[in-house]
Amino acid sequence: MGSHGIKDQVAIIGVGCTPFAEHWDKSLDDLIIDAALSTYASAGVAQTDIDAFWFGTSQSAASGLAMGGPLKIHGKPISRVENYCATGSEAMRQAAYAVASGAYDVVMALGAEKVKDGGYQGLNAFPIPTDGTQRTLTAAGMFSLILPAYAERYGVDEDEIRYAVAKIAEKNHYNGARNPLAQFRRETSAEQICQMAAVAGRLSVFDCAGVADGAAAVIMCRVEDAHKYCSNPLYIKALSFVAGTGAGSLDPDYDYTTLSECKWAADDAYAQAGVRDPKAEIALAEVHDCFTPTELVLMEDLGFSDRGEAWRDVLDGAFALDGRLPVNPDGGLKSFGHPVGASGLRMLYEVWLQLRGQAPPDRTIPKSDRTLGLTHNLGGYPGEMVSFVGIYGTELDG
Amino acid sequence: MRGVIATGTYVPHWRLDRREVSTLFGKGGGQGTRSVASYDEDTTTMGFEAARRAVSGTPGCVPEALWFSTSTPAYLEKTNATAIHAAMGLPSSVGALDLGGAIRSGVGAMRTALTSGGTTLVVAADVRDGMATSADESAGGDGAAALLIGDDSAGDVIAEYLGSGIATDEFLERWRVPGGERSRTWEERFGEVAYAPLMKEAWSAALAAADLADTDIDHLAVAGLHGRAIKRGIKAFGAAAEHLIDDLSATVGNTGTAHPLMLLAGTIEQAEPGQTIAVVMLADGVEVVIVRTTDALVGYEPAVALRGQTAASTGAAVSYGKYLSWRGMVAVEPPNRPAPNRPSAAAAHRSDDWKFGFVGSRDRSTGMIHLPPARVSEKGGAVDDMELVPMANRGGTIVSFTIDKLVYSPSPPVVFAVVDFDGGGRAPLELTDVDPDEVKVGDRVAPTFRRLFTSDEIHNYFWKVKPTSEGEA
Repeated sequence: MGSHGIKDQVAIIGVGCTPFAEHWDKSLDDLIIDAALSTYASAGVAQTDIDAFWFGTSQSAASGLAMGGPLKIHGKPISRVENYCATGSEAMRQAAYAVASGAYDVVMALGAEKVKDGGYQGLNAFPIPTDGTQRTLTAAGMFSLILPAYAERYGVDEDEIRYAVAKIAEKNHYNGARNPLAQFRRETSAEQICQMAAVAGRLSVFDCAGVADGAAAVIMCRVEDAHKYCSNPLYIKALSFVAGTGAGSLDPDYDYTTLSECKWAADDAYAQAGVRDPKAEIALAEVHDCFTPTELVLMEDLGFSDRGEAWRDVLDGAFALDGRLPVNPDGGLKSFGHPVGASGLRMLYEVWLQLRGQAPPDRTIPKSDRTLGLTHNLGGYPGEMVSFVGIYGTELDG
Repeated sequence: MRGVIATGTYVPHWRLDRREVSTLFGKGGGQGTRSVASYDEDTTTMGFEAARRAVSGTPGCVPEALWFSTSTPAYLEKTNATAIHAAMGLPSSVGALDLGGAIRSGVGAMRTALTSGGTTLVVAADVRDGMATSADESAGGDGAAALLIGDDSAGDVIAEYLGSGIATDEFLERWRVPGGERSRTWEERFGEVAYAPLMKEAWSAALAAADLADTDIDHLAVAGLHGRAIKRGIKAFGAAAEHLIDDLSATVGNTGTAHPLMLLAGTIEQAEPGQTIAVVMLADGVEVVIVRTTDALVGYEPAVALRGQTAASTGAAVSYGKYLSWRGMVAVEPPNRPAPNRPSAAAAHRSDDWKFGFVGSRDRSTGMIHLPPARVSEKGGAVDDMELVPMANRGGTIVSFTIDKLVYSPSPPVVFAVVDFDGGGRAPLELTDVDPDEVKVGDRVAPTFRRLFTSDEIHNYFWKVKPTSEGEA
């Protein structure tokens, strides 16, 4: 028994992404079609070249029919995938394993979400019949628990931590302002964010991810077939996924300063990929900054900062576009927007651009000899979440 | 000997300063305060809080019946007493009845329990409201009272039943149609005249039944919603009128159906052994009940004495605007979020222990407490090796909290805390009866049974926590 991964067995040959925005003029079907067409073009394949499809959406549709219908995919398997906000990554993971198993030659994973037709701000969960005792906090409320807990554990003034997470939003807005696909393309300062009214704990609206419609997709094949389609593919080094037990709501040992599932997923991914020192080996990371405190503790859970040091590293600019390890160079969920089922694949789109030197010059990460990119995608709340970590590289080992 | 074995009273946390009414409207209101049930309370939740206080001091004395009286029930057709029964974790063999609808039902249930057999937990509660600026709005109070009544074979009787008197009459003095938004009254003078002979009649009958003279009464409690009839007719009680106790109108207000039980409970708690107490209720006639405290009162400590809940310094002020919105008199814009889904009756029934009783489970192998109860242990993975653990009467400590201004709530913002309970167990729960600006990590809290919201005419009952104040469990 063991988690062995599929390192260097599956290649990414095309990635596409729609603009993330309040697409009042586009339906879910439109977004699916736009993402699929741009991804076919990226890979240089036709729809009929693809053997199987995975369709990730959290709440916008219910089955594979929602993808097969608009794209008119005839006679092919389409699996609908849902795993909270990590849905897009999960669709990609399933598709990659199908290639690695030998079941299919060419597969596509597409994530899409149409959230702005609901009539409410923010994301809203599907009503599932329950006994009525479930917690009714917003995600912002749940993630806001991190700030005071982190400040207390490391003996840092809460105002200082609050400022540090506002710097994360500032950085992601800076990056997003240079991204034509991003929802919010305006820079903002940590000082401005700190002055905004709190909506959940000490978090303001600008500490929360943008809520947008959008879609993104990836096409993959066996490594040995990759150069038939693409001169510079990416190779999957690791795909890791952990679903928790909800222990944080149950276990008095949990203290809201770490996202355990993310740590476990990262450890597994590094083992699969053979990464020993993520600080030194990862060229860029796209992480799930659903709220600013999330990105803060992720820096520690992903091994980019030592425990209790992430806030200092953030203030030092370690994760800025020109920092020692750029994080969310595309603006992240904060600035790019968060169409739930698409976000994991949107992250992969940025890794695809950056590692292959295709990012626009004003947000290209510094040149280095690092060849690995990482995506981290989570769903749920501190203490009760699902977490994905993927690692991709431009080179095959050995 | 038969009589009262234990008392329980519940006055909600919030107080409305009556002067606020005239500040806003230029009329109405008055002096003093009235108690206000929070937006997440109703007669069922308040009735439960009084009921659990009544039984908490008499371990081993399980009532054989639970009777619940209110003129402002959460449900019609569906029994409300069963929710109280479930929250108390009573066995299914204990009957639960609503004896309600009319304001007279509370005193009637109490008298019936005193004059019949078995051990009965009599619970009464009212949420008293009225149109803005009305006399009912200002004079009313919200609250609940419970009396555990039985023979001395079931438990120590602290107040022995001596006798009662009844004078029933049919006249239209105060009424409300089902679903009506306010009570109506006939011209005040009419009731004043109608009640006068009934007071005399019931009083004489009660004294005769108890074999007492008016000079033998040590404490007289008079309740009823017709203040003027009480005031003008007080001389009907002869010498006992000199021993009239405070009717709580200055601080709590008139709790209607619950009031005679609340006044009796409070008087017993304050009395010396061997004192006689007469309770009079004016409602569609007059009922009088007379008891005498016993030597067992010496060792009796109520879980939470009424006196501690009625002083002018207790509770916290609620603004008149918030009061009006809580009672549905003013519609306030909710957060722009979907209202919650109605709970599933089937799912709720499966989790009665947790949802109503706040009962978790403890893994026998590791001792870890699971809230809600689980079949598989979080640590060690033992399967189906759990015992039930009642958590409703355990204190806890806030380990983290947040204030959520985005989430749907009948009264935003939501104050939410992660609570670690004494003796183990953690649960994320809403905080209630709290000033959001004063919450701190490390604060002590206790579970309280509340109505989270109402969706599709289904009241969603569950537990929250509230700050623990001095003298509370």
